[in-house]
Amino acid sequence: MTISTTVNGKAVTLNAEPDSPLLWAIREELGLTGTKFGCGIAACGACTVHVNGEPARSCSLPVSEVAGKSITTIEGIKGSDGTLHAVQKAWIAAQVPQCGYCQSGQIMAAVALIEKTGKPSDDQIDEAMTNICRCGTYPRIRKAIHAATGQAATAVEGAA
Amino acid sequence: MADNPTLEMEQPTPVKRKGVKRRAFLIGGVAIVGAGLFGISIMDSNAVKTAAKLTAGKGEHSFATWLKISEDNVVTIYSPHTDIGQGSNTGLAQMLAEELDANWDLVKLVSAPAESAFANVGLGRGFLGEMTGQPGIINGVPQSFLSFLARQMNLQITGGSTALRFTGQVTFQKVGAATRLALIETAAKRLGVPASELTTQDSHVIHAKSSRSLPYGKLAAEAATLSLNNEPTLKDPKNYRLMRQSVPRLDIPAKVDGTAQYGMDFSVPDMRVATIMAAPVRGGKLTSVDEAPALAVKGVEKVIKLDDAVAVVAKGYWAAISGLRAMTPQFTDGGNGAISTASIFKAYDDLIAKGEPAGEAGEGDVKAAMGPKPIEAKYQVPFLHHAMMEPFALTAHYKDGKLDIWGGMQDPLASKMMAVDVSGLDSDKVTFHPMLIGGSFGRRLPMYMEIVSQVTKLAMQLPYPVKLIWSREEEIAQGAYRPQSAAILKANVTANKRIAAFSNDYAQTESAEAETTFIYNLPAVARRNYEHKSNQITGAWRSVNSTQQGFYNESFMDELAHAAGLDPVEFRRNHLKADSRHLRVLDECARLANWKAPLPEGVGRGVAIVESFKTIVAHVIEASVKEDGMPKVHKITTVVDAGSIVNPDAAKAQIEGGTIMGLSSAIGEAVTLEKGAVQQSNFSDYPLLKLADAPLVHDIHFINSGAYMGGIGEPGVPPAAPALANALFAATGKRVRNLPILTQAKA
Repeated sequence: MTISTTVNGKAVTLNAEPDSPLLWAIREELGLTGTKFGCGIAACGACTVHVNGEPARSCSLPVSEVAGKSITTIEGIKGSDGTLHAVQKAWIAAQVPQCGYCQSGQIMAAVALIEKTGKPSDDQIDEAMTNICRCGTYPRIRKAIHAATGQAATAVEGAA
Repeated sequence: MADNPTLEMEQPTPVKRKGVKRRAFLIGGVAIVGAGLFGISIMDSNAVKTAAKLTAGKGEHSFATWLKISEDNVVTIYSPHTDIGQGSNTGLAQMLAEELDANWDLVKLVSAPAESAFANVGLGRGFLGEMTGQPGIINGVPQSFLSFLARQMNLQITGGSTALRFTGQVTFQKVGAATRLALIETAAKRLGVPASELTTQDSHVIHAKSSRSLPYGKLAAEAATLSLNNEPTLKDPKNYRLMRQSVPRLDIPAKVDGTAQYGMDFSVPDMRVATIMAAPVRGGKLTSVDEAPALAVKGVEKVIKLDDAVAVVAKGYWAAISGLRAMTPQFTDGGNGAISTASIFKAYDDLIAKGEPAGEAGEGDVKAAMGPKPIEAKYQVPFLHHAMMEPFALTAHYKDGKLDIWGGMQDPLASKMMAVDVSGLDSDKVTFHPMLIGGSFGRRLPMYMEIVSQVTKLAMQLPYPVKLIWSREEEIAQGAYRPQSAAILKANVTANKRIAAFSNDYAQTESAEAETTFIYNLPAVARRNYEHKSNQITGAWRSVNSTQQGFYNESFMDELAHAAGLDPVEFRRNHLKADSRHLRVLDECARLANWKAPLPEGVGRGVAIVESFKTIVAHVIEASVKEDGMPKVHKITTVVDAGSIVNPDAAKAQIEGGTIMGLSSAIGEAVTLEKGAVQQSNFSDYPLLKLADAPLVHDIHFINSGAYMGGIGEPGVPPAAPALANALFAATGKRVRNLPILTQAKA
């Protein structure tokens, strides 16, 4: 079947089986490979995108459910002039990524959290940032979220 | 060049290789080293010429394989290591650029081609001990790793915390320094001044007296024709501009905007996607499979049966995995159907009770000194999964007699040679294209990369390119795990609160002796290993054997301290040599952690100190037990002596991440077996630590002792589990001897 949706501001028509997950349409049909496959069961968050502004784990979201909705991927959060999103800049400043594979999902989760809360508290960060990172970049993720929202990064002394 | 010796892999391999010559595992590495690659002869060697041909285009000039300088002054460095996220490629670039005095803004770093001309001679030197001029270069590298490499000799491996220590120190710093000298020599001639009047900075040779300077790019063509100095003098560290600086990592910008291309992300026109299921009981074979349900799935094109696995090839991943799940393939259990976690522990117990170790190390007369009533404790740890976030994904295309493979492995060259081996093609017909790796932690080492074999077998019978993706379920069920292991520790603590005898009888797949360093200065110590193999493949898991041994020794030292009625830090101090690096690390860690400061009710403080890969790490952890019974880590203080540090912030990131991986495995991770098969299936039942449970405060300090450079990617891991278990004991009085901890410390 064909599904009409909007991805990163552009109207697209996806040709996919209704039960197939959004992740594979994004990666294989649209060629947007910044969104990653990690587990396939919405447990790790590497596939996090925004659907109508809400974070969603696209590996377990049937493509039929996004018809008519607006999807944003990691490729779509830069400014229209190509400048990095404040969260991306904070990620570089804090030198967050190690292997980097989970970081698109982490950044998408963080952007959604910040859009919702403005200045998330540590408790709100704990609650929202449930994406898995095997390299253990969590202290720097917390620090980068603080920095991106103008909060002093005092909590995480270890993160340089 | 001499013929390579024929070497066999000892590690059991899941790959069936009928009638294929093993020589493929051997390549030019040995011969290149034997020919003496570094130094003057480097300029004449075929390998260097080949490398130059492969890398230097028009207006570019190659130096000693690993470096090229373009006429517009860009320095390009070829790394033989795969940066698996630890930042080692940035560190390597810093080391070379430092000695070259290159302009960092004009330095590019790229992966070396997976060709034997780029075999890692630095490693070869280090490992073979030939012509290094640096005694002790192989200190701190596991013997098993050395012998493995000696067998493999593919020498493009990343592992064992070797990148900066070997490649960096043995090769890259010297290549930078020697190239700099050649550029100065060229400039001296051109400017008509003595070389002694010239200095270098930011990729320019400068003659201060006449206020003239020449960019490297204008000197490179001529300099590249000179013979390089064999043993250039390296910089005094006090003149460093790049090394010991927290230079931002080169790979990070592409990892925040989605443009970084991992093996999973590769695609070519006409490509199909495959996924695979191997025998759930390792060692089993495929007996039958009804392909019809898979072929009925829209998008599925083909079912391919391998000896021990079945693969589905489709238009995309979703169709492939749906097709695979629609089938019910039948496998034998290879006679392994009775193996379980419990049966393996039982075998360990029996072996230790029988008392005939496969190996023994230590000093003094332990038997005589142990006394009639030693303190005794038994510990057990499970198999652990690497859980790299990017599942295996390799693309292969066989066309016109040539095979191309794209993806990320810890040893691209060995991957290529495995594909040569499996395909039966000549080595010049096979190309491996290294790509970024989404985590590895030891998983993508050549010993266990059956996916290379699988994708080769698929590609050889398909008319189009195929990307083979392992599902997360396949990743977890078919791992190359950290060994399941058990140990019985005994000690005699005398009335003066000193250890008179200490023994560690441990059982697992193989000896851990080569990877572990026993740091305490005791009159009598025995370490005895008992070897038992199951049907599982065990392998290098970040810090290789040091996690088990660190947990055993540092938990037991804590038990002995409490038995002696002494503070755990004081008790350890009493058994470390005065003025030793270990004592300094321990003292600094205790001081910085305010070891004796009071803690809130329910919070305990634990310490552990472990040396691995020549780096000493102490953690002091403050922890409590949550309402649900699981541990909660509040604060960690860490002191690290790695000798010296190339990039402090990147090193800190490694210690942070290593500590978290150590905590994650200690708290909740276990791969268990029943009827020969792995019981876990995904992150739902193999839970990794999440952000909310990572320490809010991790205070990390480095001691620059100037000792020989140790590793940094691995040594943060081993002390994490014992420091946490010791903290929980301090908090609750419950001693956890079996990992994972889960709710064992609950009141």
